[in-house]
Amino acid sequence: MWRQAKWEEPLIFELNKSNSTRQGFLINKDEEIRNYITEINIPKNLLREEVPDLPNLSELEVVRHFVRLSQMSFGVDTGMMPLGSCTMKYNPKIEEKAPEVVEHHHPLEDEDYVQGILEMMYELQVWLSEITGMDECSLQVPAGSAGEFAGVLMIKKFHEEHNRNYKDLMLVADTAHGTNPASAAMAGYKVIYVKSNKEGLVDINILKEIVNDKTAGFMLTNPNTLGLFEENILEISKIMHSVNAVLYYDGANLNGILGVARPGDMGFDIVHLNLHKTFAVPHGGGGPGAGAICAKGELTEYLPYPLVEKVNGKYKLSKIPQKSIGKIASFYGNVGNLARSFAYLLGLGPQGIQLIGKMSTLATNYLIAKLKDVKELELIAENRPRKHEVVFSAKPLADNYGVTANDIAKALLDNGFYAPTIYFPPIIEEALMIEPTETEPKETLDKFAEVLRKIVEMAKNNPDQILKGPNNTSIGRLDQAYANHPSSITPTYRVLKLRKQGKITYLK
Amino acid sequence: MYKHPWLPNLGLVNEMLKEIGVANIDELFNDIPAEIKLNRLLNIGRGKPLSEYEIEEEIKEKVKKNIELSAPPFIGAGVCPHYIPSAIKFIISRSEFYTSYTPYQPEISQGLLQALFEYQSLVAELLEMEVVNASMYDWGSALAEAVLMANRINGKKTVLVPENSNPFHKEVLKTWIQGKGIRIKEVKYNKNTGEIDLEDLERKADDDITAIYLQQPNFFGIFESNIEHVIDIAKHKKALSIVGVNPLSLGLIKPPGRYDVDIAIGDGQELGLPLNFGGPLMGIFAVKWDMTLIRQMPGRIVGITKDNNGNMGFTLILQTREQFIKREKATSNITTNEALMAIANAIYLSLLGKEGIKELAEEIYFRSHYASKKLTEIKDVSNAFSSDFFEEFVIKFPVNYDIISRKLKEKRLQGGLRLSDKTALFCVTEIHDKKSIDLLASTIEEAIKNVETS
Repeated sequence: MWRQAKWEEPLIFELNKSNSTRQGFLINKDEEIRNYITEINIPKNLLREEVPDLPNLSELEVVRHFVRLSQMSFGVDTGMMPLGSCTMKYNPKIEEKAPEVVEHHHPLEDEDYVQGILEMMYELQVWLSEITGMDECSLQVPAGSAGEFAGVLMIKKFHEEHNRNYKDLMLVADTAHGTNPASAAMAGYKVIYVKSNKEGLVDINILKEIVNDKTAGFMLTNPNTLGLFEENILEISKIMHSVNAVLYYDGANLNGILGVARPGDMGFDIVHLNLHKTFAVPHGGGGPGAGAICAKGELTEYLPYPLVEKVNGKYKLSKIPQKSIGKIASFYGNVGNLARSFAYLLGLGPQGIQLIGKMSTLATNYLIAKLKDVKELELIAENRPRKHEVVFSAKPLADNYGVTANDIAKALLDNGFYAPTIYFPPIIEEALMIEPTETEPKETLDKFAEVLRKIVEMAKNNPDQILKGPNNTSIGRLDQAYANHPSSITPTYRVLKLRKQGKITYLK
Repeated sequence: MYKHPWLPNLGLVNEMLKEIGVANIDELFNDIPAEIKLNRLLNIGRGKPLSEYEIEEEIKEKVKKNIELSAPPFIGAGVCPHYIPSAIKFIISRSEFYTSYTPYQPEISQGLLQALFEYQSLVAELLEMEVVNASMYDWGSALAEAVLMANRINGKKTVLVPENSNPFHKEVLKTWIQGKGIRIKEVKYNKNTGEIDLEDLERKADDDITAIYLQQPNFFGIFESNIEHVIDIAKHKKALSIVGVNPLSLGLIKPPGRYDVDIAIGDGQELGLPLNFGGPLMGIFAVKWDMTLIRQMPGRIVGITKDNNGNMGFTLILQTREQFIKREKATSNITTNEALMAIANAIYLSLLGKEGIKELAEEIYFRSHYASKKLTEIKDVSNAFSSDFFEEFVIKFPVNYDIISRKLKEKRLQGGLRLSDKTALFCVTEIHDKKSIDLLASTIEEAIKNVETS
C-alpha cells in the first residue's frame, strides 16, 4: 500500500526551542574594508528599530526541515500526475545542466560577454517559430498567461493602428482555460463566450451569429480542453478573418498535436507556448515556467521586445519590433528555463518531436479504451479520438452514490496517484480531466486505469469509505471554509502571532 | 525510431493500438484535415535526437561562447550578484519540489504548501506586512499588478511614478496598464540629493491619482528619507501607496510596514537566486491587514487550516479571486508563478536569520561605500548625488563613459550601467572583494588618464 511521509514538522519559526543563537551561514566580512569604511551614515529616522523576527537556525536544521517538507510533497518524479491541461510530463535530468549557460550572467552585461546565451536564445526563437508555423517568436514572456496577455495586447494595438478601436469584443470558447477571459479582461476587452455544440466543438452556427465588426479576436485552444481537435478550424479561421479579427492560439494544449500539425497552418495569427508544459521545463511547485509568444505576418511587428537577432555574425538583443506592445518582463523572460527547453529539444531532434503528439495521443486513447466499459465515467462525443487529454464526467456517481469528482480525486491520492484536474472545463459536470502524457509507461497507465476502476466500484458499494479519504497522505481532508473564514484566515505566521496577542480581529 | 529515453512506449505501439481498436496511430488524427497535416519532419535541433553526452557537449559549447569575467559584474539595476549558500540549490533540487505543480490537491502537497506559507511568513516579517502572496514573475510585473489593483479599488486612472525609480520596471508597468487606459505621470527628483522632489509630487498629486509609487532605496541606490510624507499625500488624495523595496536593505532600514504602506513589492532575486541573465526572478507582493486590499490581491496565497481530525494543515486560500474560478472577473490572469524561487527565498532567509540579514546588509553597505570612495578618489570623479546609498550608487566621470567601458572590457570587467554620457550606476555586494574593487578603480583611473594624455 502506498503511504506518504508524515512528519509532524513545526513551522520554521518554532524549530529553535532553546532560543540560542544559531546561524545557517556566515557572512564573509572584509576586515580591510571595514577598517576603511568605519561607520554607517544612514539617517537615524530610517534605521530599522527591531530586528526582523526570522528564525535562528543551524544549517542542518534548515536542511532537515525542508527535506522533510519535500517528502510531504508530490511531483512527477514521485508518481503519475494526470493533471489535465497542465502537461505534467517527465523533466529529463540533463536539463538541469543547461542553466549553467546563464546562471552567472547579468542581463545587462556587454553582449560580447554573453554570445553563448544569445545564440541559444536565437536558436530557440527559430525552432519555436518552425514548430508553431509562425514567422517570429519572442521569449519575453515568463509563463503562459503572460503570453496570453501579451497576445491580447498585440491584438488591441494591431486594431488601434488600423483605426479599428470599435473592436472591443474578445471571443472565448466556453471550454477555454480561465486565463483566456482573465487575460482579455486585463487588456480591457469585453468577453463573449462561444458555446460548444453537442460534440464538444465550437458551434460554427453560433460563431457565425456572434461574429461581427466589433469582434477583435477569438482565443482558442486546439485541441480544446476536452482533448478534441477543432476539425472546422479552417472555417473558423475564415469567419474570423472575414471581419479582420485575429485568431489567437492558446498553446497550453499543443502537446497533443506536436509534430503532427501546426497552428500557423490552421490559420492562427498569434500563438503562445508554455515551455513548462510542452517543452518539459519542470513546473517547480507552481513555477517558474517559461513562455514564448509567436506571430505571423504583420502581427510580428507587435511582439514584445527585445528579440535576439544576428548582425554580422554577432548575436544582439537589438531587435525591437516596429509597433511592439513593449516589455512584459523586466528583462528577457525566464532564460534559465529557456535553457532547459533548449536541452530538451536537442534531445528530441526532428524524429523525436514528431512522436510527441502521436505518443501522447496514443496514451490518452489507450487509457480511454481501458476504461471504456466503466459506465459511470461518461464521455461526451465518445466516438471521437482524443488528443493530449480526456474529460470524463463522474455525474452518475455523484447523482446516485454521492461520490463527487472531488471525492474520486482524493481516492486517487490514497493510491499514490496525483489527481486529475477536476471541475474543468465548466461545461462538463463532475469533470475529471486526465492528461497522461507520452512519458508515462504503459504499465503505469494500466495501473491508473485499474485503480480508477476500483474506485468507481468502491463508490458504488462503499461510498462512505471514499468520503472519509484520503487516509494515506500526510494529512486528512482539509477544511476549506475554516481556511477562508474572516475570523480564522491566516496567510502568514505574523497574522497567527498578532491574533494570539489580540492585536488583530475579524478581517474586514 | 524504436527507442528513446523519454518515450517508454515506442515498443508497445501495436499492443496499445489493438486495445484501442485502430490499425495505426494516424487513425487517431483522422479529425485533422489533410491539408493542415505537417507530413514532414520539423527542422529543429541538430537533425537527429542527441544522446545525453552530446547534449552536454552542446551546453559546454554555449558556456564557452560566453566570456567568464575576471570579477563579478559591477552592474545591478535591480538584479545584483550575491553568494548563494549551497543548501539552497540542494533543497530546491529535491524532485518532490521541483517536479510538482501548484498544490491544487493540498492533502498530498502539505510540504510544498508549508514551504510556501513559510516564504510568505518570512517575507512578512522582513517587510512587517501581514499578507504576502506566493509570488509574481518579477518586480516589474509586481509593480504593474499593484497599479492594476489600485485602479480596481478606486477606479482612478493616473499613477505617479518617480523618475528615480527603476526604468526597466517602468517599461513593464507601461505595457501592462495600456489596456485599462491608466496613465503614468512622472515625478521629478532632486538633482543634488537624488531623492524624490516632494514639491513636484505635491503639485502632481491631484484627485485623479490611483496610486503613488516610491522605490526604497531608489534606482540610484539612494535612501528616500521622506517616505512618511509621500504616504500622507497618498492618503490625503485617497490614492493607494505602493513602495518597492530591496529586501536585503531591510536588514538595516525601516520596513514598509512601519510606514503603513498599502502595498509593498520587490524582487526576491537578491534572496538567494543566481543572476540567470534576468530570469527567473521573483516578484514580491505584500499588503497590510485590510480586507479591501486582500480581496483585490493577485496571485496564489497559502493559509493555515485544519483537517477532519483537527490537525493543522495548509491549503490555497482566497481562490475565488483567481482566474480558474472568476475568469474575466479575476484579480489577475496569473497561474504559473515563481513558486520554487519563493522556496529558495525562504531557505535563504532561514539560513541568514535575525543577525545574518543585518550583517549581510552591513557588509554590502561597507563594500559599496568603499567602492564609491575608491572611485571618487580618482581625480575629477565624483558621486552624482549627496544622499546616502545602499549597494548601488551613481558616479560622475570627467570623460565619456564609453571610453571607460572599453577599457574595462580589456580586463574582462563589467562596469556599471551607463545612465548618461558621463554617469553610470554601479552595484557592489558582498561578493566584490577589495582586490576586484581596487582593480575596477585602477582600470577606470587608467582610462581617464589615457584620455587626458592623448
